[in-house]
Amino acid sequence: METYSLLASFAQTGGLLIFIFGFLLVIAYALMPSNRSTFDKAARTPIEED
Amino acid sequence: MSLWNKHAIFEKNSVVLVAGIIGVVAIGGIVEIAPLFYLKNTIEEVEGMRPYSPLELAGRNIYVREGCYNCHSQMVRPLRDEVERYGHYSLAAESMYDKPFQWGSKRTGPDLARVGGKYSDAWHVAHLVDPRSLVPASIMPGYPFLFETPLDFDTIGTDLAVQAAMGVPYTPEMIENARTDVIVQATLDDPDQASLLERYPKAQARSFSGRSDGVITEGDALVAYLQTLGTLVDFSTYDGQANVR
Amino acid sequence: MASIGASPVAPGKRMTLGEGGSALAFAALALLSIVVAAKAWEAAYAFHAYLFAAGSVAAVFAIMNRYNERSATLPPQEIDGKPNYNMGPVKFATVAAMVWGIAGFTVGVLIAFQLAFPALNFDLAFLNFGRMRPLHTSAVIFAFGGNVLLATSLYVVQRTSRARLAGDITPWFVVLGYNFFILIAGTGYLLGITQSKEYAEPEWYADLFLTVVWVAYLLMFMLTLRKRKEPHIYVANWFYLAFIVTIAILHLGNNAVIPVSLFSAKSYMVWSGVQDAMVQWWYGHNAVGFFLTAGFLAIMYYFVPKRAERPVYSYRLSIIHFWALIFLYIWAGPHHLHYTALPDWTQTLGMVFSIMLWMPSWGGMINGLMTLSGAWDKLRTDPVLRLMVVSIAFYGMSTFEGPMMSIKVVNSLSHYTDWTVGHVHSGALGWVAYISFGAVYCLVPWLWNRERLYSLKLVNWHFWISTLGIVLYISSMWVAGIMQGLMWRAYTALGFLEYSFIETTEAMHPYYVIRGLGGILFLAGALIMVYNLVMTVRAVKPVAEAEPKSPLVAAE
Repeated sequence: METYSLLASFAQTGGLLIFIFGFLLVIAYALMPSNRSTFDKAARTPIEED
Repeated sequence: MSLWNKHAIFEKNSVVLVAGIIGVVAIGGIVEIAPLFYLKNTIEEVEGMRPYSPLELAGRNIYVREGCYNCHSQMVRPLRDEVERYGHYSLAAESMYDKPFQWGSKRTGPDLARVGGKYSDAWHVAHLVDPRSLVPASIMPGYPFLFETPLDFDTIGTDLAVQAAMGVPYTPEMIENARTDVIVQATLDDPDQASLLERYPKAQARSFSGRSDGVITEGDALVAYLQTLGTLVDFSTYDGQANVR
Repeated sequence: MASIGASPVAPGKRMTLGEGGSALAFAALALLSIVVAAKAWEAAYAFHAYLFAAGSVAAVFAIMNRYNERSATLPPQEIDGKPNYNMGPVKFATVAAMVWGIAGFTVGVLIAFQLAFPALNFDLAFLNFGRMRPLHTSAVIFAFGGNVLLATSLYVVQRTSRARLAGDITPWFVVLGYNFFILIAGTGYLLGITQSKEYAEPEWYADLFLTVVWVAYLLMFMLTLRKRKEPHIYVANWFYLAFIVTIAILHLGNNAVIPVSLFSAKSYMVWSGVQDAMVQWWYGHNAVGFFLTAGFLAIMYYFVPKRAERPVYSYRLSIIHFWALIFLYIWAGPHHLHYTALPDWTQTLGMVFSIMLWMPSWGGMINGLMTLSGAWDKLRTDPVLRLMVVSIAFYGMSTFEGPMMSIKVVNSLSHYTDWTVGHVHSGALGWVAYISFGAVYCLVPWLWNRERLYSLKLVNWHFWISTLGIVLYISSMWVAGIMQGLMWRAYTALGFLEYSFIETTEAMHPYYVIRGLGGILFLAGALIMVYNLVMTVRAVKPVAEAEPKSPLVAAE
């Protein structure tokens, strides 16, 4: 029962925290100005095939 | 800067990308599922749960084979109308020996979690053979073939042994007697009935299809299973408040 | 499994490790299958063992034959500086997708009418609803959808990497092996071989075989990416990778079984009861999330920009979309188990994440739709693009409906009713099938090197007929579901339940008929599509060799 309540309470709190933290990281990365040119180039991949 | 360039690894290296995906996907699964394995099925203090008898198990396998879960649930939710329509809401303990679980997801037909004992054997047989003979508006398929096909239970002991290896409390004695127990349970007033009941309390033993030639059909096993559903737990001794999770 | 790349100078013709190894492996499998067939406990299982034996023998012959007929060197990676794409397996998967699609839609129509007119079950074991319904779901999800995913993923990974598929035997093993799995699964249902776990019905040996095929698929995909000429892995490939990897994990977790014997098709789950339920819907919901969503989003991220000839609206949004989607989806499973014996906190967690899932889903929808900004006029002239855009709109609709239905109060009404069935089909027909149709309409002229589709007018007909079908389907199921849910909980003034169960069943009849008609329209549309595709290959002029035009010149 001990292990169960420990794991269960982690699932209810830790899970959300991990998500929020990870999400902020992804957003920051996606919006980094220095990445703009990479992404613009990558976005053209499908339409620039031979 | 360097931190942001780290993500570029994902975009440039498929192995790392795969590792990232596994990591992200695993968090949700592990965090949500792992605790359940520390949750003892018996967390609810219930009296009466036992593994299926060999005949009931064979019947359950027919239920599984015919895909009954496509239309029938086995999970009464604690909602007023369901409890009034089907009976006490289902407990986790009641499906603790269900491999696989058959809670279902659709009620094209009614819930079956507590169907045991609600109808007579003869009703079940007639209804399975031709549902519309008893319920004119029923849209259930007919299963006449179940009562024409003899049950194949020569190897039922192996089924019990495999389940025992996975933790279902089948004793060596139960495994050894599995084959005869099928016959005993499918026969009215068999002399060995007492030892069957000792192994499987509350087991109902009789000829379920009412055949007199002694042939045990798939239909017999299925009806035996249906008549057990929801009948094992003794709700007169069950204290719901003690089990609030 | 197979050797990668050709040895530059082959002194004589030699069998590659891949050819020799896989021929040996198949020979061993054939032998094992024959032994199993001879000693099988059940006739149906023996039949499957014979199918495995026949398939393995055929594979050995095919490998030897191919070896005898090929030149001393393997196909080159590049011809005249251009990648020598391996499109044979892609073509096969495309054709297979349409064949299985028609079969799956037909069975769907049959079971829809079985619910309206039960006499259509004919009291026969192999025709009853309980066996036909898994046949329908597997045929449309895994056979139709799976082959579309195979075809598009193998096409997209080659084109966006500018590299030939990794492996020589492997691509064929993956495509043929996957379709063999479908054959085993489908015939198994008819013969009563099933685990009766929703969307994971195939028994242990089929699961085991699929695992081998799937690992080969993953390795082939990753090795192809490794050969790419571009530094960046295009986002569509991320979605494909997430789909392949996660489905592998889910498949293993949900099919943890112990067979009764090597000689029996029957197996028992390692999990039982509550745990099995949780694992099942962790699998079941993410089969939706990663098979039917991530995989088809990959199609969106490649085929929509390609067809519209514009880059995706926001590449940054696609990155956020990707990570948010895969993180959130995996948590959402418990919303299939509201008010059951599953612990409450798990249900709540599932609900919270399901509601949050609405955000990335709509982010993806906006990204797909806005790709067309500035080119909306193409919707008027290009019905293929219109199919894909409408599919994205349906994606938006069902990913709004889904989170709503995951709210416990709503779910208490909708669960167990046909509302769920309607919801699934707005996603399955509107989103998955439409984006697939769009992709296949693009792929066939590209793969068979045709100037254009046979007839855009027929695409138009397909679009309108099947859209009408979808509307009939989802609106009738919406009404039927909500009505049945309300009837179940209706009380009389005296406090008794107002309706018996069978009265609620009777009330469904007209809606089941309308739903069946919707299904017929959808099937009719798909048949028009097949005719159009066949005529494209047979009657349309090939693209002239001399001028290497872009393959997506608008038809007409």
